[in-house]
Amino acid sequence: MDLVLVNLIDGLVTGLLLFMLSAGLTLIFSMMGVLNFAHASFYMLGAYFAYQISVYLGFWMGLLVAPLIVGALGAGVERYGLRRVHQYGHVPELIFTFGLALLIEEVVQFIWGKDQIPYEIPGILEGAAFAIAGNTIPLYKVFMIFLSLAIFGGLLFVLTKTRVGMIIQAALSYPRTVEALGHNVPLVFMGVFGVGTALAGVAGVIAGPVLSTFPGMAVVLGSIVFVTIVIGGLGSLGGALVASLIIGWMTTFAKAYDMRMEDLLTWMGLTKPEPIWDSAWQDLWTLTSPQVADILPYLLMVLILIFRPYGLFGKRDV
Amino acid sequence: MTATTHKPQSADFAGGGVTLAGLAPWLIAVAFLLVMPFIFTSNSAITIMNQMAITIIFALSYNMLLGQGGMLSFGHAVYMGVGGFVCVHVMNWDGFFSGLPLPVLPIFGGLFGMGLALIVGSFSTRRAGTVFAMISLGVGELIAACSVIIVVFFGGEEGVSGDRTYGLPVFGIEFLQQIEVYYLIVFWLVLSALGMFLFSRTPVGRMANAVRDNPERAEFLGYSARWVRFYSFVAAGFFAGSAGGLFAINYEILTEENLNLATSGTILLVTFLGGVGFFFGPIIGAIVFTLLQTVLSLQTELWALYVGALFVATVMFFPGGLAGVIMMHVPPLVLGKLHLLVKPYIKVLVPGLVCILATAGFIEILFHARHAALGDDEMTLYWVTFSHLNPLPWIVTGGLAVGGFWLARRHAPELAEAWHEANTDRRASA
Amino acid sequence: MRKTTGIGLSAVMATLLAAGTASADTIKIAFIDPLSGPFASTGTNGLHQYEFAAETLVNEKGGVLDGDTFEIVAFDNKTSPKESLVQLQVAIDQGIRYVVQGNSSGVAHALTDAIEKHNRRNPDDRVLFLNYSAVDPALTNENCNFWHFRFDANADIKMDALTDVIAEQDDITKVYVIGQDYSFGKAVSSAATSFLGEKRPDIEIVGNELHPIGKVKDFTPYSRKIVSSGADAVITGNWGADMLNLGKSVIDNGFDGPIYTYYAAADGITAAFGESGKDRLRLVTEGQTNPPPNDRAAAYIEAFKAKYPDGNMSQTRITNVIEMLAKAINEAGTATDVVAVGEALEGMEHESMWGGTLYMRPEDHQLIQDVLITVHTNEGIDYDLDNSDYGQRMEHRIEMAGMDSPTTCKMRRP
Repeated sequence: MDLVLVNLIDGLVTGLLLFMLSAGLTLIFSMMGVLNFAHASFYMLGAYFAYQISVYLGFWMGLLVAPLIVGALGAGVERYGLRRVHQYGHVPELIFTFGLALLIEEVVQFIWGKDQIPYEIPGILEGAAFAIAGNTIPLYKVFMIFLSLAIFGGLLFVLTKTRVGMIIQAALSYPRTVEALGHNVPLVFMGVFGVGTALAGVAGVIAGPVLSTFPGMAVVLGSIVFVTIVIGGLGSLGGALVASLIIGWMTTFAKAYDMRMEDLLTWMGLTKPEPIWDSAWQDLWTLTSPQVADILPYLLMVLILIFRPYGLFGKRDV
Repeated sequence: MTATTHKPQSADFAGGGVTLAGLAPWLIAVAFLLVMPFIFTSNSAITIMNQMAITIIFALSYNMLLGQGGMLSFGHAVYMGVGGFVCVHVMNWDGFFSGLPLPVLPIFGGLFGMGLALIVGSFSTRRAGTVFAMISLGVGELIAACSVIIVVFFGGEEGVSGDRTYGLPVFGIEFLQQIEVYYLIVFWLVLSALGMFLFSRTPVGRMANAVRDNPERAEFLGYSARWVRFYSFVAAGFFAGSAGGLFAINYEILTEENLNLATSGTILLVTFLGGVGFFFGPIIGAIVFTLLQTVLSLQTELWALYVGALFVATVMFFPGGLAGVIMMHVPPLVLGKLHLLVKPYIKVLVPGLVCILATAGFIEILFHARHAALGDDEMTLYWVTFSHLNPLPWIVTGGLAVGGFWLARRHAPELAEAWHEANTDRRASA
Repeated sequence: MRKTTGIGLSAVMATLLAAGTASADTIKIAFIDPLSGPFASTGTNGLHQYEFAAETLVNEKGGVLDGDTFEIVAFDNKTSPKESLVQLQVAIDQGIRYVVQGNSSGVAHALTDAIEKHNRRNPDDRVLFLNYSAVDPALTNENCNFWHFRFDANADIKMDALTDVIAEQDDITKVYVIGQDYSFGKAVSSAATSFLGEKRPDIEIVGNELHPIGKVKDFTPYSRKIVSSGADAVITGNWGADMLNLGKSVIDNGFDGPIYTYYAAADGITAAFGESGKDRLRLVTEGQTNPPPNDRAAAYIEAFKAKYPDGNMSQTRITNVIEMLAKAINEAGTATDVVAVGEALEGMEHESMWGGTLYMRPEDHQLIQDVLITVHTNEGIDYDLDNSDYGQRMEHRIEMAGMDSPTTCKMRRP
């Protein structure tokens, strides 16, 4: 039972981290209709910038400054790249971000090399916060939870209580009407893109030290972020949060408990062929849940798209 | 599929003069393909050409989805991969394979690629756009992940290998040498390219374009957009699978790499680079990309950086791809004004090229200075050997880059003017 | 449309062809390993070690035969089996007769298979495959062939040595085995269970599992299982980012026993573990650098570090490859007849620079050598890795490990 609590906390950390990425992406996606393939690359840039800043000014300056640089870079990409490609249609836009992701990875390798870089947790956050039945919860994870909750709160406040938030919300549901009402939609786009990428930058800054900072970190997380927002439903921040948490807990529990296909098949009344390594079905019989944990979200996404194409909470069609 | 391709062709012959012009590019291409190995005789050149031909089929198949059907797929590699895996398993099926002529083998790959496309297409083609793209991503990721889990079929990390020479010899040819494989692949390349071209001319192929551009209107005309997409998808699955079969014959091994997202992403890149708007676009894309990948990577470690930059530049400035750039010159050619462009082109492109090469050189020197071993300051760039500690190469490449850019920029308006002039039909305006 | 690109093609191919003439007085060795992509740093570091070894151990000493020198020609395979086969063909066309490769057993399988086929089909330009790092046991068992020589101890031999050391430690009673879900990870897992069952039946395997390779973002759930299983030690075959992330996660989440592994040094990993891995990480490896076995080895490392300050002397077996190849070419009296060179390599005994004797077992072309157990520490380190002050210090030395290990290889000689 204690382990369940520990796993709940671990899953929460994973889920909230995913949420910080998907929140920005779902805003961008639903406003501009762009599947930003480079979103995770901005997450990677956040980690690398924060590392470079932390070398000179310490972790906290990195946390403060790196997301701003990433956001500015994101806004620049929208202004000088995406806006240009926008005229050709959605598919070239998407392909543009796809190419951008490749390019950013190469540039990062060019500047920082191909090895993992020693981006570390600050001394003040090292060590364990508390322990549950011998399982320590690192202080840094507690920090991650509170920071992401604070960001979620801030985002919610901006979106529901401010004028800018109202415009964005309106644009989420009725993008054309907002344009017709005379709002400077290109500027809003640029702003949303900048804020979205800055959020990804924050995620990179705080995830870098625990999930390690290396040139492949964007690819590892890249497609799972899309899966999250598609499952949650486009344009729905709440949906993104729920989907992030579902994915966080689902993968954590699938890894933490060895559910075996063998048990399921025996329960169904089948007998295990002996010797197992001669059987054509060996792979099915020896399958365990940790093996498939990381592909479960993809399975969930395909099923959701087949049966409910607008996601769990979305109102608009994908 | 292949049997039906011959009929329309003979019908075209009966049509007379107009189709002869349509046939000419094909005849030139075939003649060209047949002669190539006499020009480039080394085995590695033939290996690269084989890879090129396989990529061409795969890219053409991908373009049936993206260019002709408007379906953006992030998981097309799985159809090629599964087709290839099936073919390797057929190769390893001793009793059966020894009675099978090797050139027939890709059909099995095609059929299984088509079978998989039938299953996946039954639910993924119900909608186009993002739903289709995301399902293709999900299915691609699932099947790629299965490749390390289902070891019996996919062979895990080290993949499955076979030996093509155990097949039934065809006219005494056992396919021991690369050159024999080359002609086998060329045979399939011509057949598949023709098949795909003719598919695009069938009613279904034409309707695919209509559905791409405006599904609602197509529906009003009485066509089911969903079924049109489905047929294109299944046909694309067949050709991708047969490309996989050729891959199996050429490399005699298939691995997880043939299924993963990186391969699916690469073919998107190849197709877009070549140009999705024209049938021959992916062909150019496949040739250029294969050359970049194999030849440029022999020259520089930074090849992926250059390819990435090229790709982003293509999307931003030439969304029609290389084929689009070529086809832009058809109107001036028809108007007989192509000569007007020659001089401005030289004025812009030569400095532009100098700028690009110098920038690449500057990046190479910078890279060497940052990452080379201490004391190893010697480097060779464009056949010149120098030390990166010497400021001169930095100044020369930097200066050339800036100067080239400035010159190209300066002459750009002239080119734009000439371009406008070359595209204006005076007779029409008069 | 094809004609225009064809002109560019011919220019490029012409340069390819021009490079295709092997000069008589250099013996070219093709280095086919990743020089771009995620494993590029390992590949690049390996290339430097080869270039350095060829220069100092052969060329500066007057070369082989009558003054022929070694030249390492680098080919980037991007860790892709397909690309490796293309580069192999290019190498063969350049007249290269020796191929070295090490990163990824998957690539090694593809190469050994392709080389076997090539040599069978083209008896006039056969090549030898000198595998310096790929340790999947199958390469010298069911998939062995005459052209393949392995200079690293295979996964089974290493596990045999490792379990010898574990068996001596009485305080270890529970062991957790975890690895990547592919051939090598599975080989490690099955070797660990069978050797431990043989040597210390009282040790309980409290966990034995595989996770997807290169896909796990967060190892926390696995660490939780390891901690709550009460394991005294962890055995893993993980490498690269999977090793680093697993190790860090296990340590962060409260595990305080030793972690026995294969690859947790150099290429940024030593630096990233730093203090947290001290006295916790134990490696099964070969090639003693701390303390250096003799003055010659010390001088060699120092010369290497002087040339490549950011490099690591992490794959000491590379010197064995170069020295043994040079010796075999001298013995055979030819560098072009690879069958004769291969026969000279078979059964060769050689004194390694890193101490101990090397023996190329003729039955399966597996090099038998001393296997070490080393510990990650900053004490008593003469030559650190990643310039981090931390390095691997030798704790145990198992001489001629796996000398009598069984093999299922049925070698067919030309």
